[in-house]
This record gives sequence, C-alpha cells and structure tokens, in this order.
Amino acid sequence: MLPVSEFLQQILNGLSLGSIYALIALGYTMVYGILKLINFAHGELFMVGAYAGYYAAIGLGVENYANGGFPLYLAALVLALAMGAAALLGIAIEAFAYRPVRSAPRLTPLITAIGVSLFLQNAAMLLFSPNPRPYPPILHEVRFELGGVIVTNVKLAIFGVALALMLGLTWFVQKTWTGKAMRAVSTNIDAARLMGIDSNHIIRATFAVGSALAAAGGILFGLDQIMIGPLMGMLTGLKAFVAAVLGGIGNIRGAVLGGLLIGLAEQLTAGYLSPDYRDAITFVILIGILILRPEGLLGVVRPEKV
Amino acid sequence: MQLARRLAVATAIALVLYGVGWWMEDGLIEYVQRIVLLAGINVILAVSLNLINGTTGQFSIGHAGFMAVGAYGAAFFGVQLAPSVQSLLGAGSLADAVTFNLALVIGALLAALAGLLVGAPSLRLRGDYLAVVTLGFGEIIRISFNNAQFLGAATGYFGDSPAGLPAFTSFFWVYAWVIAIVIAIRNLTFSQTGRSLAAIREDEIAAEAMATPTTRLKVLAFAVSAACAGIAGGLFAYMQSGIRPEDFRFDKSIDMIVMIIVGGLGSISGAIVGGVFVAVTLELMRDLQQYRLVLYALLLIVIMLVRPQGLFGSRELTELVRSRLGRRRLSSGAAK
Amino acid sequence: MSLLVLEKVDKIFGGLRALKQVSLTVPEGAIFGLIGPNGAGKTTLFNVITGVYKPDGGHVTFAGRDISGESPAGIANRGIARTFQNIRLFRAMTVEENVMVAGHHLHRSSVLDAVLRTRAQADDERRLLARAHELLEVMGLMKHAEEVAGSLPYGSQRRLEIARALMLNPKLLLLDEPAAGMNSQEAAELQRQIRFLRDEMGLTVVLVEHNMAVVMSVCETVHVVDHGETIAHGTPEHVKRDPAVLAAYLGKSAEGAA
Repeated sequence: MLPVSEFLQQILNGLSLGSIYALIALGYTMVYGILKLINFAHGELFMVGAYAGYYAAIGLGVENYANGGFPLYLAALVLALAMGAAALLGIAIEAFAYRPVRSAPRLTPLITAIGVSLFLQNAAMLLFSPNPRPYPPILHEVRFELGGVIVTNVKLAIFGVALALMLGLTWFVQKTWTGKAMRAVSTNIDAARLMGIDSNHIIRATFAVGSALAAAGGILFGLDQIMIGPLMGMLTGLKAFVAAVLGGIGNIRGAVLGGLLIGLAEQLTAGYLSPDYRDAITFVILIGILILRPEGLLGVVRPEKV
Repeated sequence: MQLARRLAVATAIALVLYGVGWWMEDGLIEYVQRIVLLAGINVILAVSLNLINGTTGQFSIGHAGFMAVGAYGAAFFGVQLAPSVQSLLGAGSLADAVTFNLALVIGALLAALAGLLVGAPSLRLRGDYLAVVTLGFGEIIRISFNNAQFLGAATGYFGDSPAGLPAFTSFFWVYAWVIAIVIAIRNLTFSQTGRSLAAIREDEIAAEAMATPTTRLKVLAFAVSAACAGIAGGLFAYMQSGIRPEDFRFDKSIDMIVMIIVGGLGSISGAIVGGVFVAVTLELMRDLQQYRLVLYALLLIVIMLVRPQGLFGSRELTELVRSRLGRRRLSSGAAK
Repeated sequence: MSLLVLEKVDKIFGGLRALKQVSLTVPEGAIFGLIGPNGAGKTTLFNVITGVYKPDGGHVTFAGRDISGESPAGIANRGIARTFQNIRLFRAMTVEENVMVAGHHLHRSSVLDAVLRTRAQADDERRLLARAHELLEVMGLMKHAEEVAGSLPYGSQRRLEIARALMLNPKLLLLDEPAAGMNSQEAAELQRQIRFLRDEMGLTVVLVEHNMAVVMSVCETVHVVDHGETIAHGTPEHVKRDPAVLAAYLGKSAEGAA
C-alpha cells in the first residue's frame, strides 16, 4: 500500500473510531456541565447499548439475514430501541444512585458512581456471560476502494449516524426549550431554578440524552469492531472521558473535537508506533492536557471564588 | 531511656509474632493461613490508601499501580540480589531474611518514586479529575508491565528458578510490617504533618493561607502511601510463585477503595477492619468473582446512601471506646 | 513606616476589570478600614495582597519587599495573615487543632521525628498546644478548645478564624467582614479585641467591613472603593461626608442632579 494511501486509511479509521468516542464523550460532557459530576458509569451505558442492540437485532430476526439484506428500517429500529433502553437506564441510575447524594460532599457521588459502574459490569458478566461475542450482521459489510483506501459501508454508516446524531443534538440544544434549559442549568443552576426551570427534570433529560448517545456509540462500535464484551465500557469509557476533557469538559463542541482527536491519535499510534501502545496513548494525552491546559482545548478557565 | 523501652517492646512483639506464626503454620489449614496473610497485606494497603484518600482527601483510585511497582521491584531485585547476599552471609535463613527485606525496601522505594511521579502532575487537580488521572496512571503502569519483556510481560514474572519466586512471605514478616506501618502512619496522622494533611482536605485554600506547604505535603502523602502499597505488593509477590500484570488490574484498586469505605474514610481502625473484610470475602468468594464484585458494588452504593461515613467515620476505635467511657475526645497529636 | 503599599494594582477576570489602578498605603500600627458597596472589589483586593490572585498590573509591597504574585503560603510566612469573608475553618477538626495547623514556624522537628515520635516532636507538640491555648484565651474560646470547629456558633467561628490567623505570628492582619452576623454586643467586644490586637500585640490591622458602627469607631483611616477603583480616602469622619461615597452606597439620586 502506498504510504499516502496507508496514511489516509489510518486517518479514515481514526475518524470513524473517533466518531464513536465523540458520541460517548458528549454524554460525559453534558452530565459534567450540569452536575459537575463525572458519571463513572457512563461507559457501562455504552456497553448496555451495545448489548441492547444485540438482543433487539436478534429479536427482530437479524439471524435470518446472515448474508445481508437486513432491512434498513429494522436497523434503525434496533438503534432506536437500544437508545431508548439506555435512556431509561440512565434515568434510573440518576434517580436511585445520584439524586439522593447530590448535596453530599463531592467524594460521595464519585464513590456511588464507581459502585454503579462496578455493578453494571459484573451484572452484565453474570447475565450475558463474561465471554466476548460477535455482533450480529445488522449491516452486511460491503467494501470498496477509493484511491487505495478501503472504505466500507459500516464506516460510512458510522459517520452518517454520528453526524446525524450530533446535528440532532445541536438542534436540540439550540432550538428546543429543554435544550436551552439544559444550557441554562449548566451555566448557573440557581439562576435557572429561579427562572422557573425544574432542574430535576432537566437533569433527568440530560442523563437520558447522554445515555442514548452512548448507546448509539455502542451499536456502531459493535458493527465496526465486531466483538463486544461486558467489560467493553471500561476502557472505551475512559478514552471517551479523556476525549471530553481534551475538548474541554462541559463543552459540547469540545467533546466532538476531543473524540475525533483521540480516535486519530489511537489509530496513528497503533499503525505507526505499535498496537501495544494504542491504549496507553490516551492516558498520556490525559496527563498532558491536565498539565498543560486543564480547561481543555475549547474550555474556559473558571477562577474559583475565594 | 525511651529507646531502651521501645526496643524492649519491639522484641516482645517480635517474639509474640514468631510464636503465633509458628503455631499457625502447624495449627491452621492452608486456606485459613492464606486469609490471614492476605488480611495483613490488605491492612497495609488500606491504611496507606487511607492516608491519601481519607486524611488528605485526595481521591486516588489507581493504587494498584503502586502495589504493582512494589511487587515487581521486590521480585526482580530480590532475585538479582539473592546470590550476592548469600555469598556474604552464606545460604540460609538469615540470608533469606536479609534478601527478602532488602527486596521489599527496594520495591517500596521504587513505588515511592512512582508516587512522586503521579503526585507531581496531579497536584492541582481536584476530586473527580484527580480520581480519573490516578486511574489512568494505574493503567499506564499495568500496561507498561504488560509490555516489559524482561519482566515476563503478560505471562508474568517468576524469578529465575523453575519453582518460581521463593515463598519468603510468612506470618511473622507480614505482621511485623503491618505493625510497623500502622504505627508509622498512625504517628504521622496524629502529628503536625497529619494535621496539615487534614487541613488540606478540609479547605486547601485556607490551609495555604495558614502557611501550609500544600504542594510538598500532598506529594509526600502520595509518596508515603505509594511506598506502603509497594511493601504490600512485595509481600504479595513472595506469597505466590510469580506475579502477572493481571494481578494489578483496576479490580485491585476497587478492592482497596472498598476497604477504606467500609471501615470509614479517615479512620485507621476502619482501614484495618476493611482490610480484613476484603481478605475474607475475597477468599470465601474466590470462585464467585462476579458475585463478590456485585456485592462490593452494592456495598459502595448502599453505604454512600445510608451511612457514608462507613463503620467508624473518621474516628478511631480508641476514641469511640473513650467516649463510651465518658471521657472527652482527645485532640489528635496533643500530648496529655 | 509603611507596612503595606499597593501601587496602581489592576486585576482582570475575563472581561471584568475587578480592580483598577488601586493604590493605598497602610502605615505600621494602623487600624485601617476598607469599605465599599457589595462587589466593589474589597475581597479581591485581599486576595491579591495574600497571593490568591496575581495582580495583572501594579505592585504589592510589604515591609519594603515586593510580594506581588508570590504564593499564599509564602506570603503567610512573610507575616500577612487573613480571615475569610465566608469563614473557611477546618470544620471537622477541633478548635485547638484549627489553630495548631498554623503553627508551622514553631514546629522544628521533621516528618521523621513525627513518625518515630521522638522527644523533639513531643516538645514541638507541647509548644504548639500551649501557644494555641494562649491565643484561644485571647479570643475567649478556651472553653471550646476540644470541640469540633463546625459545631461552634457563628460568632465563635469568626473569632476562631482570627485566633488561627494570629497563630502565624503575623505583622499584618487582614480581617474580611469579621463583624458579619454579630449583634451589637458581640460587635462591641470585637472592637475591643481589634484594639487589643494592635495595642498589646503590635499588629497592624486592615479591616473590610460593612458594619459602619465598627468601622467608624475602630478605624483610624478608611479607604473606599467602588467598582474596583478608589473613590475616597481619609478619616472616618471625612469619608462619612464624602459625596462620592454617599453616591456609591445610596445610588446616583443622593448626588442630587441626574
């Protein structure tokens, strides 16, 4: 493969991986923006979304289409069902584990979040078996070559779905009342309350939207990487968190930028340095950004009131 | 005078430990012995993590990394140094004891160095951010060991003999170190240094305004905490024939968090109880890993919802007994 | 001699100019008042003096030395101690522990001494405790010595903050709204204590305060700021009548015309 083509291939793969990270990072950044809480369990919602998609697809008979032809509208239904299931789970987690400790010192909800994450991982291992399993053929892979670069319909689907969701989120946050309320709450929760915004409702909505996006990421991940497992949320969730921090935590555009950059960094490291270091590069970036520019690329410095 | 008295006490304790250890090896089944040793190692881990998380309020959740550094350091250097020590002292239990403790100390120093490296960039971070960074560091350390060929990479390090690492870890050594570390950390906690660490936890800005060298102290706490975790790692290594990066996954860090949360963040007595609790559940549920972790998860959630201060809160067993007996709370560190 | 000199200090937060070219001089041994409406920049000024914020322009000189932008701990070591507008005590620690924390300069033994519980460390602890008790006595808090700081009544918490600041053995004491929430009896006691601190303990005191009775009675010089700039300076009597000051507190209508 020509070096240029190889480079472009890595870029393509990096961007598609990065799009998935971006979808997950959005959930982190939105919840942090509103609650100033890192939802440790967010990665598990990505995992649950993947499994929900798996079972939805099986339920809709995807196994009958082993050689392709699974109707697009059914694929969309799988996506919708998984996103819905994750949204409900996200709301439940918020209600049972986070809301009761919202006014406690910051360490308490962090520990609760770790507990929820741990619970979901191991419950998934018990329910779904600890072994990784291949994703059903929701999309039958079609490859074609474009100037030396191999592009598949799966990659295109990832870009398409991710883009659609991100545009949808932007519209939601700019144009709808709930979206604007979310921005208000994340800027100043007390002022928002004084303006009559029910912060509980908005927080619930934020968790729902963030979880749904993570679930979409889970399905796309399954389509792209084929193998899913109950622990997939841990590492990917962490990388998506780093992406959110890189872009500026609390900043939606930052989450997208961060996700794409992390995906690229990971892919280029794996391709040109060594696949053994693909996971480590994310942590190195995390440490780097926190030392050099803790507010992230697109974030603003907020001086603490003394 | 003070020195003589302390040496006498130390000797007495050593004799007791030796006696108990000897009885244990004969009188208890292997299974229970292992629990007792693990409990001791856990107590060291819990008490050291408590210094950083509980006393100083800096939430570190990647401590398994420091344990790993200590484990690999002790294992590797123990194996390297054994021949030299034996040529000096002759092959035998004295040489073994020297090699073992030397290896542990080297492991601890390396772990302390790792603690410094982690502490330095993490200093200005707070709460959630610090937690994730320490998690990241823990993972980096594990990944590094996973890729370190000279340490066996993913397969693990088993020393250079077919039988694996020598089984140096015994009741005597584990509990000698437990006692030493618990006393050291207790003394540190109830001193001006410990008070300053607590002040950092309570209000770092006010602490700075009161001339507390917050940066230096936080790094110190990380280093001491990491060094102790390193000792625990070394003890752990010489309890098995070898160690693998798998032994130091995030799960291990979670175990440590459970230890200090159950016992009460900030309480040394609590850390001890928590350490024993995790050792017992770990062995009893050895084949039911997922159930054990689900149990831990539910414990963490329920404790936070119902009794966030854990068993002892930030108080010590001695204080609780004292208050039951009607005496007032002792000011930490003040000589009476 | 001038103990504290601020020369044309600026502080900008994003788009907001919190301090504009503020200059003032605090003579040694003075009881100096800093007043102004809410949001005028008084606490920001304290924060710049004590190193919490770096000044964006101008200089802060203390005892002849430029301390602009030094760290808070460094400045505390130089002899400037402060209390906080919103009370920042170490709530879970006892009253005497709160004061002892500030006793670093009295504590000469090392961490190793602490771990080994040497005689040197025991001596240091005794010395720290004794000094802490002295200061608690001065502020009338000795009876609460072993209580948890967070459980103290509000007025006592404010006095504890002062005792803690005194533990630093400072030359300059910055008090941020020490009379907040006090009734007239407590406020009178506070005035007595402030004079005691200057007369008997040789401290220079700078006071941010909204309680005008306290300011007028205890301060020798008053400096008024509004919107980050100096608008008046002088004795309490003089400042009380200054039209710019009245306008700042009461609004433009007090000036008369538009």
